Amino acid sequence: MFSQVLTTYSWAEAQRAIHTKTARDVERALASTDRTLADFQALISPAAAPYLEDMARQSHFLTQQRFGKTMQLYAPLYLSNECQNICTYCAFSLDNKIRRRTLTDEEILREADALKAMGYEHVLLVTGEANQTVGVPYLKKAIQLLREQFAHLSMEVQPLDQPDYAELVAEGLHTVLVYQETYDQENYKKHHPKGKKANFTYRVETPDRLGRAGIYKIGLGALLGLSDWRTDSFFTALHLNYLEKMYWKTRYSISFPRLRPIDVLGAEGVTSRDFGQCMTDRELVQLICAYRLFNRDVELSLSTRESPRFRDHVIRLGITSISAGSKTNPGGYVVEPQSLEQFEISDERSPAEMAEVIRRAGYEPVWKDWDWSLMPT
Amino acid sequence: MNPQPLRIANRTFTSRLFTGTGKFSSTPLMEEALLASGSELVTVALKRVDITDATDDTLLHLKAPHIHLLPNTSGVRTAREAVFAAELAREALETNWLKLEIHPDPRYLLPDPIETLQAAEELVKLGFVVLPYIHADPVLCKRLEEVGVAAVMPLGAPIGSNRGLRTLDFLEIIIEQSQVPVVVDAGIGAPSHAAAAMEMGADAVLVNTAIAVADNPVQMAVAFKMAVEAGRLAYEARLGASSATASASSPFTAFLED
Repeated sequence: MFSQVLTTYSWAEAQRAIHTKTARDVERALASTDRTLADFQALISPAAAPYLEDMARQSHFLTQQRFGKTMQLYAPLYLSNECQNICTYCAFSLDNKIRRRTLTDEEILREADALKAMGYEHVLLVTGEANQTVGVPYLKKAIQLLREQFAHLSMEVQPLDQPDYAELVAEGLHTVLVYQETYDQENYKKHHPKGKKANFTYRVETPDRLGRAGIYKIGLGALLGLSDWRTDSFFTALHLNYLEKMYWKTRYSISFPRLRPIDVLGAEGVTSRDFGQCMTDRELVQLICAYRLFNRDVELSLSTRESPRFRDHVIRLGITSISAGSKTNPGGYVVEPQSLEQFEISDERSPAEMAEVIRRAGYEPVWKDWDWSLMPT
Repeated sequence: MNPQPLRIANRTFTSRLFTGTGKFSSTPLMEEALLASGSELVTVALKRVDITDATDDTLLHLKAPHIHLLPNTSGVRTAREAVFAAELAREALETNWLKLEIHPDPRYLLPDPIETLQAAEELVKLGFVVLPYIHADPVLCKRLEEVGVAAVMPLGAPIGSNRGLRTLDFLEIIIEQSQVPVVVDAGIGAPSHAAAAMEMGADAVLVNTAIAVADNPVQMAVAFKMAVEAGRLAYEARLGASSATASASSPFTAFLED
């Protein structure tokens, strides 16, 4: 399990290693064709900042070579905002006194119809963590309802046990995203004080359980801004390296969730909680390119958290999949558009508009990249 | 002067350049490049097209009468999955031709020889014209030939790598031994690689990435077309043997003729 690998690393030492990298380390990493974790540390270090254009050029080339001139499109489908966890940065946190809602079968289908009408073939099912109402039976039902309509089903929900994952894969689940949020165990405790999510080890072992259950793709990521993004990204890369060797039939993707402002409902009404500028655009580009230079095969995914201008430019710098027109509230597309969002999105353009942007950048928007005929259930 | 046509199963091809449909920046550009290549056999990933939808964008751009579709099973991990996918493809696309691809490793997309052999055997029995994508393994090629595949498709280098004929020594053995056509698939990154494969006696090559990701895919498609024709013509014309030493202009044994 990756938890055992983690015991041989120290957060503080990894952080120091990154922050003491020199221009020479960066140049060596840039010149290498077989890059190591130490090279990745150099590429995400402050010392690499002056080399950003060179990194972007290499990242563009490597990505086109491996993925072609294509960009995958997907959309989230929020099924529920019920949650028993307290997470300081999330609007679905148990202590936020918002109205809770879990979509019924009929509502799920209405949302699905709306996404299908936009052209989507790949949807990401999202929930909070409420095992009583949104447990494995609910998720299984949702997959059964949706597999007739979409070619590719992904899921971003609470961590489950290995047999649960195996059951859902047999129903047609292709991908699971599970972000560690932060690999800094001390800070993890502070931001997750209550609920099952407070268990760092259970969460960090989730990709192992997924790999053992034979999932097709696992999405990793750290919530950028919760701790030092550089150190968290190093641990994400370490995790990726471990998983690729361990579960070699599984594909991997990395996401870049930068903290976004959320609405919190308390005694004084709705207030906005802002986390400030925790990572600059320049730094996020550096990170995207560093991942590509480190691993030419990993899929890199970008959500509507980012601004239109930023998204339009990074399409060419290593990103391979992108969401558009997203709603981050259950029922957000048609059932109840006004309910509270998990986080505020920055890019409100429709999928059709985004597809046009992708085409103008010289890429083909890819709606479908999986087929039920490839996974007999 | 044209090279000899190539016969695979019940079909004759005048072009020995097979192509793929992935990685292009748009489907109209894909179509233009494939038409320029002269290719008559074009592989399509089942995962990328909606085989049940007559208005699928990729399929609509592959309607030219000389283009035969070669559905591929990219994405499957086992023989069982491959057979299931093949049967659906046969029904929807109305072709029993299949590029059998079983690569459980998503990084280098290297083919699983055990699952591929099992699936090939079953698919042949089910009436498919099977073209398996495999490592450049001469013994595996003979085993596949024994179970009745229509051609073998050994790799030159990992898919999409553009690294050329890294498996050269083994491709030579395969070409020497094979009783079915040998199509060098994967790794061909430049027209010169394709020409080299054809000069060696490969029956055809399959090229996708090198055309699709070129700055000008249409022009690159023409370059590959010419390279494949040149390589094949050279093979048919019998290249002179190469030697590390110069040959004496007055042969040593000339006195025997006196």
